[in-house]
Amino acid sequence: MSLSGEMRSALQAGDYQALIRAVPYARTLGMECETFGEEVVFRLPRSDDNLGNPILPAIHGGVIGGFLEMSAMISLMMSQETPRLPRIVDFSLDYLRAGLDRDTFCECHLTRQGNRVANVIVTAWQQSRRKPIATARAHFIMD
Amino acid sequence: MNDETLFGRVSRFIGTLRHCQHLGIRALSATENELVVELPYSDAIVGNPETGVIHGGAITTLMDTASGTVVICALPEFELCPTLDLRVDYMRAAEPGYPVYARARAYRVTNNIVFTRCETFQEDPEQTIAHCVGTFMRIGPEATPKAYRDLITGGDDE
Repeated sequence: MSLSGEMRSALQAGDYQALIRAVPYARTLGMECETFGEEVVFRLPRSDDNLGNPILPAIHGGVIGGFLEMSAMISLMMSQETPRLPRIVDFSLDYLRAGLDRDTFCECHLTRQGNRVANVIVTAWQQSRRKPIATARAHFIMD
Repeated sequence: MNDETLFGRVSRFIGTLRHCQHLGIRALSATENELVVELPYSDAIVGNPETGVIHGGAITTLMDTASGTVVICALPEFELCPTLDLRVDYMRAAEPGYPVYARARAYRVTNNIVFTRCETFQEDPEQTIAHCVGTFMRIGPEATPKAYRDLITGGDDE
């Protein structure tokens, strides 16, 4: 397993923000994380560099996908007792509403964790949790 | 539409997508119903700093871009079509240091929906990195402001 020292120590400390900082792609998106007791909410602050459709304007659909995928991976890594690196197998993404040019949030649920495969469901919203903008489902292989 | 006209349209379209500019995504070729798009390698899209392997999210962005843009190749008139869903299978990690290419096709167009398929690969087109199917909703050309349609068609002859 190849985990950088920075990632390993973030995992051991249970420090979400440090784990995000250790991943270049997560820094590129500008994602952040807030913890409320045991609840974890990932946040993607609005950014010009993340826009796709210039008419609305709206966040690039791929950015929403990347944000959800990254969040799923981070929450899965954090749920393990020992540091493990998940590899994504598949990712299924439903876009429910336009992701407008504002902050986006998401939360992850580890639906099932077997010995080798994990299934994670992610829900993303902007103004209200009751109005999700996207939902995703991902499978990971645990190395 | 001839291939040159199509290529002009898809290039201008991708040029208006800010995040694509940020990652350096660009069109390489466009024909009726088929498009090839390139994602250059950069440190900004690395998922694992230990190996330099690109994060799946950047591949998803490449495939969403290619699939959403091939819609232009498949429709008689330019219209923006929002993504309904994407389903991505990751076959293998992309080799660090090299660009990733996405080839997208629109394989069925109805009055409401455009169905797309897309594969990504590096040097060898047979070695698929990831595969994606997508559906896009048709909301009609009128839903897109005329100024933006004119920007994309660039005054070509349709």
